[in-house]
Amino acid sequence: MHRRNFLKLSGASAVAAALPTVARAGKVIDLPIYYPVAVGGPIAKIMDGYAAAFHRANPGIRVHPIYTGSYQDTTVKALTALHGGGASAPKLAVALSVDIFTYYDQGVLVPIEDLTQGDHAWLNGFYPAFLANSRLKGKTWSVPFQRSTPVLYWNKTAFKSAGLDPDRAPANWDEMRDYARRLTRAHNPKSATEWGLQIPSSGFPYWLFQGLAIENGQTHLAAADGTRTYFDSPETIGALDYMVDLSRKARVMPAGIINWGTTPQDFFKSRCAMMWTTTGNLTNVRKHAPFPFGVGMLPKHKRRGAPTGGGNLYVFTNTTAEERAAALRFIRWVTAPEQTADWGMQTGYIATSPAAWETPALKRYLAGFPAAAVARDQLKYAEPELSTHENQRVTQVFNNALQAALTGQKGPAEALKKAQADADAILQRYRV
Amino acid sequence: MTANRLTAIAAWTLAGLWLAPLIFALWAAFHPFAFSTRFDPFAPLTLENFVSAWNAAPFARYFLNTFLVITMTLAAQLVICSLAAYAFARYRFLGRNLFFSLILVQLLIMPNMLIVENYRTTAALGLVNHLLAVGLPYFASAFGVFLLRQTFMSVPKELEEAARIEGAGPIAVLRRVYLPLARPVLIAYGLVSVSFHWNDFLWPLIVTNTTASRVLTVGLQVFSTADQGVNWSVISAAALMTSAPLLLAFLIFQRQFVQSFMRAGIR
Amino acid sequence: MAVIAPTLPRVRAFRLGDHVVAWALIAPALLFLVVFTLYPAAATLVQSLYSTPLAHRPSHFIGLAHFRQMIADPTFREVLANNLLYAAGSIPLSVALALAMALLVDARIPGRGFARMAYFTPTVLPLIAAANIWLFFYTPGYGLLDQLLNRLGLPGVNWLGEPATALWAVTMVAIWKQAGFFMIFYLAALQQIPPSLREAAAVEGASRWHSFRRVTLPLLGPTTLFVLVNAVIGAFSLVDSLFVLTQGGPDNASNLLLYYIYQTAFQYWDGGYAAALTVVLVAILALAALAQFLFIGRRTHYR
Repeated sequence: MHRRNFLKLSGASAVAAALPTVARAGKVIDLPIYYPVAVGGPIAKIMDGYAAAFHRANPGIRVHPIYTGSYQDTTVKALTALHGGGASAPKLAVALSVDIFTYYDQGVLVPIEDLTQGDHAWLNGFYPAFLANSRLKGKTWSVPFQRSTPVLYWNKTAFKSAGLDPDRAPANWDEMRDYARRLTRAHNPKSATEWGLQIPSSGFPYWLFQGLAIENGQTHLAAADGTRTYFDSPETIGALDYMVDLSRKARVMPAGIINWGTTPQDFFKSRCAMMWTTTGNLTNVRKHAPFPFGVGMLPKHKRRGAPTGGGNLYVFTNTTAEERAAALRFIRWVTAPEQTADWGMQTGYIATSPAAWETPALKRYLAGFPAAAVARDQLKYAEPELSTHENQRVTQVFNNALQAALTGQKGPAEALKKAQADADAILQRYRV
Repeated sequence: MTANRLTAIAAWTLAGLWLAPLIFALWAAFHPFAFSTRFDPFAPLTLENFVSAWNAAPFARYFLNTFLVITMTLAAQLVICSLAAYAFARYRFLGRNLFFSLILVQLLIMPNMLIVENYRTTAALGLVNHLLAVGLPYFASAFGVFLLRQTFMSVPKELEEAARIEGAGPIAVLRRVYLPLARPVLIAYGLVSVSFHWNDFLWPLIVTNTTASRVLTVGLQVFSTADQGVNWSVISAAALMTSAPLLLAFLIFQRQFVQSFMRAGIR
Repeated sequence: MAVIAPTLPRVRAFRLGDHVVAWALIAPALLFLVVFTLYPAAATLVQSLYSTPLAHRPSHFIGLAHFRQMIADPTFREVLANNLLYAAGSIPLSVALALAMALLVDARIPGRGFARMAYFTPTVLPLIAAANIWLFFYTPGYGLLDQLLNRLGLPGVNWLGEPATALWAVTMVAIWKQAGFFMIFYLAALQQIPPSLREAAAVEGASRWHSFRRVTLPLLGPTTLFVLVNAVIGAFSLVDSLFVLTQGGPDNASNLLLYYIYQTAFQYWDGGYAAALTVVLVAILALAALAQFLFIGRRTHYR
């Protein structure tokens, strides 16, 4: 229902009108764009709808959205296709903002400044937290698109039966642990849930962990130039100590690796009373939770904090000048306030610019569903997500260390020191 | 008698264990999400999970792609392997033992283990994201050559000589004498090939990036790894859906299927 | 049995032109074989000696550096050890189960058709689909296994989330997937044993076990070898389930060689190192092949 309104609106979008026409009449520029589906909802249909609406407004350009699986799949597939060449290689992609170094080191990115030819003031319209992962060597290499940040979801019914205020999220680390204790059946037989808390740790545990690290004062896990990591700082180690203790000492969180994919289901089935997961899950939780739920910022410790996450729009070097102009036109269209607001409402992602939150549609939506604003409000505490050269490998090293500590194979300090040494070895050759 | 009863109990227990995952998936797929792990015999039945799975990803296209890949691959394999098998069974030629040994290498080292180099080759041929690339590395199947050669060798030579006297060339002899007699083995090989390629995952995952070229297994994986987590009911429905044609064919033609596999294996 | 015969039977001599015909007949097969098996196998070896090209650093010859890196790479060592464990767990168990299954459904019991169907079903299910179902099995708390344990009053286990169990959980899926497939070969071999042989043993008063050990088992020798070879190949190539179940975690506890090759080549973009890892994979399989040839050379008299 939002969509139809929006399509009408966008037809006459001011952004589209303001841009110079890029295509000669009669010639259609084709732009294959790879995109992942990382959250619930009919993303493919929404994407196809955008492509169709954009084509109606710009008959000279046809964007082909190509669905490429998860974020990781998308980068793997985009790079393989770019190396492989051929007609179906993407001209653009929606990919993780932290994959910037991965693409940059392969030499396949066009900086946004090269597209805009001087007119890039519009980039300042995005939340600065979302642009942090886009900048490298004085240039901007991607445009924020589907961005998220982790938040805490809680089961209000479980809170009530454990004697907690159902309308208040735990404010800080100690409180979260205390709440979790009262919500764990082993500690409180009256608890409606088996476990107090789940912070998933499968696949990419670093992301949620980074929330803890920031709260413990480790603002960045890596230097902005992507050549140095801070895995073994006292702050990082302290954060991991806290996380490990939640399951091993306080016993308020299941031991071992907690599956990311099944955690929302655990939440719905009252296996856990609180969960940390992406804002992108908002729509999913709203649809499936059989009880009233709350959404809160991550609890603070030394400070508030959360990593940003999610995907940006990238333009690749296999584009002609004409295609670049067309790509820019599409990027500006799809990140304009109306579309950004619509995208956020339909998917649960955070609308990426303050202007989008001023649109009537999003204001109406927010009035009916205030939880949607939590992630936006958390943005002022947000820090860039971990991102380095050889990002996949370095994050894998870090993930392995976190998993080793969470499963009790190694102590947090030992695991993280080793991860730091491994990361140093990998990043050595990028430090020139 | 008691020993026999014990055997029966053991056989049935094992059968139950072996079918459990499938039964579990059937339960989840045909019941609402709330009942996916609650085994209430009065839980309402629903097809909604299949509808949501079907709508969430272009499964129709994936089915078509898988169908095209297995058809193309099987056709190519049958032609290429019959020709080579005939030569190895009935001709004596320079390099025969060497070539045969080379072919046998592939029994052990399948193309899907050499993913790095085979990807480079596919890319160099400009075939990434083409359905052709999914089947191409398997066109010459050592298993097929080996199996058909064994079969052809058991065909009485007199039949070939009779055809030769009537003036038939090698291709005609192959078509008129050998292939008709090898029919059961061709069917057996076909079934093995179809089930292998229906289930193949790693290689298609690497060479296909687009909806238009993605096969069912990759489509299922892409579908089931969304970051917002999984919904058992829908995933089970999708998993069953992607296995259904092969599974149904197997259930209906069970006897032929098993016998074909046996025939394929024992030559 | 599909035992590989190293030498070919003699055939009548043909005219000279037949060489050409025969070459033409095998040419297509040979072409594909060369392009997608022999060339890549050789190229992998060559690539393993070169560095991975980067945008600003082209590939150059580095000799055995990748192999030295491998020896120092704890992940590689862990992955190799895992894979050997995976093989040691899945090969004997799936082969023994396959034999047991074949014997069970070869006996005259009610519902043997159903049992045979049950055993064979996993073979036709795509592993990637089956793994999604198994994920459901292993889920802590309300997954089927934990529900079962809870009924028995036992605490649940985080099967895929603990390093102690993750690899075995993955191994179970491989056994489940393969045993029924191997059963077929045993079943075929059992049905080829003349009933008179076993009857003779029974008449002589041999116990069931004795007749199985003395008569049946030796006749199944070649089948066992064939099945073993397939099981070895399976143990090094069946990694689909990792994509769904564990992604190799926790902390590489369930990572396997081919999956690590995939990660290295297509996630870390280190083609050179991936090639070196592939060389190891191929070497392991070649060793297995060698063992098979040696064994079969000695055992063919059973045929």
